[in-house]
Amino acid sequence: MKITIKRYHPHFKPQYKDFTYEIPQNLTLLEALEYIKESIDNTLTFSKGCRSGVCGSCAVRVNEKEVLACEYKIEDGDKIEALNFIEPIRDLVVDIKKPLKTLKIAKTYLSKPNEISMNEKDEKLIRKQSDCILCAACYSSCPVFETNSNFLGPFALSRSYRYIADKREENKKEKIEAVISNGIFDCTLCGNCTVVCPQGIDPKRDILMIQSEALKYGYQNPNLSNFGSFGLDF
Amino acid sequence: MIYDVLVIGSGGAGLCAALSAKEIGAKVIVVGKSYPTRSQTSMAQGGINAVLNEEIDSIESHIEDSIKSSKGLCDKEIVEYVCKEAPLVIKWLDSIGVPFSRNGNFIAQRRLGGAKADRACYAQDYTGLKILHTLYDNTIKEDIEFLNEHFLLNLIVENGFVKGATFLDIKTSEVKQILAKSVILATGGYSKIYKNFSTNSSQATGDGIAAALRAGCKLSDMEFIQFHPTSLKKSSILISEAARGAGGKLIDQNGNRFADELLTRDELSRKIFEKIEQKNEIFLDITHLGEEFIEKNLPQERRLSIIYEGVDPVKEPIPIKPAAHYTMGGIDVDKNMQTNIKNLYAVGECANAKMHGANRLGGNSLLEIVVLGKLAGRNAALSSSKNYIEEKIYEQSINDTNFIKGVFNFPNKIDFYEKREFLSKIFYQNVGVKREEMGLKGVLSVVRQTQREFAFMGIKDRSPLYNTNLVEFIEFGNMIELSETILVSAISRNESRGAHFRADYPKQDDNNFLAHTLTWKEDGVLCADFVKVKDNA
Ligand SMILES: Cc1cc2nc3c(=O)[nH]c(=O)nc-3n(C[C@H](O)[C@H](O)[C@H](O)COP(=O)(O)OP(=O)(O)OC[C@H]3O[C@@H](n4cnc5c(N)ncnc54)[C@H](O)[C@@H]3O)c2cc1C
Ligand code: SF4
Ligand code: SF4
Ligand code: FES
Repeated sequence: MKITIKRYHPHFKPQYKDFTYEIPQNLTLLEALEYIKESIDNTLTFSKGCRSGVCGSCAVRVNEKEVLACEYKIEDGDKIEALNFIEPIRDLVVDIKKPLKTLKIAKTYLSKPNEISMNEKDEKLIRKQSDCILCAACYSSCPVFETNSNFLGPFALSRSYRYIADKREENKKEKIEAVISNGIFDCTLCGNCTVVCPQGIDPKRDILMIQSEALKYGYQNPNLSNFGSFGLDF
Repeated sequence: MIYDVLVIGSGGAGLCAALSAKEIGAKVIVVGKSYPTRSQTSMAQGGINAVLNEEIDSIESHIEDSIKSSKGLCDKEIVEYVCKEAPLVIKWLDSIGVPFSRNGNFIAQRRLGGAKADRACYAQDYTGLKILHTLYDNTIKEDIEFLNEHFLLNLIVENGFVKGATFLDIKTSEVKQILAKSVILATGGYSKIYKNFSTNSSQATGDGIAAALRAGCKLSDMEFIQFHPTSLKKSSILISEAARGAGGKLIDQNGNRFADELLTRDELSRKIFEKIEQKNEIFLDITHLGEEFIEKNLPQERRLSIIYEGVDPVKEPIPIKPAAHYTMGGIDVDKNMQTNIKNLYAVGECANAKMHGANRLGGNSLLEIVVLGKLAGRNAALSSSKNYIEEKIYEQSINDTNFIKGVFNFPNKIDFYEKREFLSKIFYQNVGVKREEMGLKGVLSVVRQTQREFAFMGIKDRSPLYNTNLVEFIEFGNMIELSETILVSAISRNESRGAHFRADYPKQDDNNFLAHTLTWKEDGVLCADFVKVKDNA
């Protein structure tokens, strides 16, 4: 069967070019990429690691939808390309450095651990979110990046919620403050991230959860409060 | 710029080392060939051992189980230290945010093979993932400096002291030197020599161990490689012990059972391998457990089997084979994690701290990387003041720059991907769960021939930009360097012990081999010797 890969090299002209390859049946996309690299074209460039869906190295887009290459079974005619909204380096490899910086801005760690011990129920609250493998599939699917490249993005916000909801965190206020600007209120709640996440995480829901938590600290959704403040301004 | 501590490798061991070095005020940098959360540590599912409740378990018993499994080749002092620290590091991991699974108000524990009690703390089937990601979150909190996508080439050593290391910047193919007063290698194991016959990540190519060998370090017990009995037949992806623990049966193509499923990993691996050698197909059958049970207790195993084998274990038995899983051998270190080069430390799967001896217990390596990772970080930071670094371009750096330039002009007459594939197959057949002198010697001559041919291989990709063809070629060079040490060690050890089984010497021989196998290089020539184990009685 045939698959097409949209390849990229910044020094070549044109920088983007589609290549079609003939590959054996029944492979995962990652196996297909390895097959091409080892037996057809040594220059094909992509990232890999665990090949079992936990290291988060191999996310790409197939027919414009984000998948993990190691978990996706190829079909005839598939079109493969790199993740969106992340600076391309070469072929399917993108520079994850900037997306990862959002974690620092969003302060996704226990800032001030308390002495409270977590029980089964508390752990359940953050179980799904802490399954995140930082593959950035959600980031690539998020339409906000079309207009705002400084948006914190779904995985950072979901991880922020994971620490806000953590019983062991004393300083929830600091966490919430960190995700106000370019954060929870910039999300359009489109739900793309939730659809593509290979780990079944629901960043959209987590963002809504932080929004309601933020209310307690006096942060209003500016998109909504426009209506409320109407009378005061004029 | 001169760092106090340079940590090479950003898996669990490297991150723990970096955090503890930083804690006592050292200027730290962590350099890795990929990204921290992409490290193999993310793959660990089963758990991390620690005695948390002295009423149902005891630290003595944890020590005993570990020593027993090591078949005489552990260092009792290290095992005691690690097992005693275990409850403290679980407390620490909990305090920095690891979401361990709970049983009521307490951290939940389950039983893994070889343990007398439910001792493995876990976070569902994502124990390694959640520990690694929490450590990573903490390195962000502590502002630890990272240099990712930089590939270790060589260590810089002068007058018996380490001075830093050279790296290939994968994005540009430039060679850079990083200078530091103390260096910690935390680059992981070498199971990927078995390529498609290994459960490991593609990163496990033993680069740090090969660099240490070239720099003059001693390696030890390189022949001890643990095979896991149940990996998927096509992809070698691990199907955890939980499936057998829950009542999974091992059967052949006729549905006949042939082994006690609860034997140790090495015994079972051998039995399965022998059956496969006799042209049988082997399956792990859990169909009798029923869909409801499987969905509740073994969802991950079901998912992996469907994706990677195309078999739904609810309906059909899972095709399996044994695969290389964990490398006990590595860079020889003392109980401070120091190598025989001053201020050079090694920790985690790349090191041999003699925690596991001839066979590792499930759940003990995540424990090792945290306990000893912290120890290595502390020791490296404390000793950094004893090293003086001159700020200059070191010769190693010039040599490596020339080497990389050279590789771009290698003739590429021999395809190294084919060689790599071939080597992995003959390793699996002859240096796997069952070995004997003739086969080992045959593979050794192939390895030496391949080493000679290295300069006739090369790369097709001539672009300096993110050249993974180049990276894989250098990894291959490291693997053939280490292959020789494994073979020489395995040929010298004329006995069977733990994971090392010699069909021609099937018995353990304490008179001659209650000893660690040392390998090192002198003027480029590989040397080997045994050193008697310290009294373990
Ligand atoms: C499928 C699987 C399941 C497992 N389950 C368990 C379990 O349940 N319990 C348990 O205790 N153990 C388990 N293990 C073993 C355990 O996960 C590993 O032994 C442990 O994680 C090793 O940690 P590490 O930090 O030493 O190495 P790794 O996590 O392998 O990290 C090595 C680091 O070094 C970097 N590196 C490598 N080469 C270079 C280079 N040339 N230049 C720069 N950087 C480099 C890598 O990028 C990586 O960051 C399992 C292993 C596997 C494969
Ligand atoms: S729900 Fe929000 S974060 Fe998720 S993709 Fe849509 S806009 Fe982005
Ligand atoms: S939230 Fe899901 S899609 Fe996003 S990075 Fe994490 S695992 Fe990947
Ligand atoms: S290779 Fe690790 S997630 Fe795909």
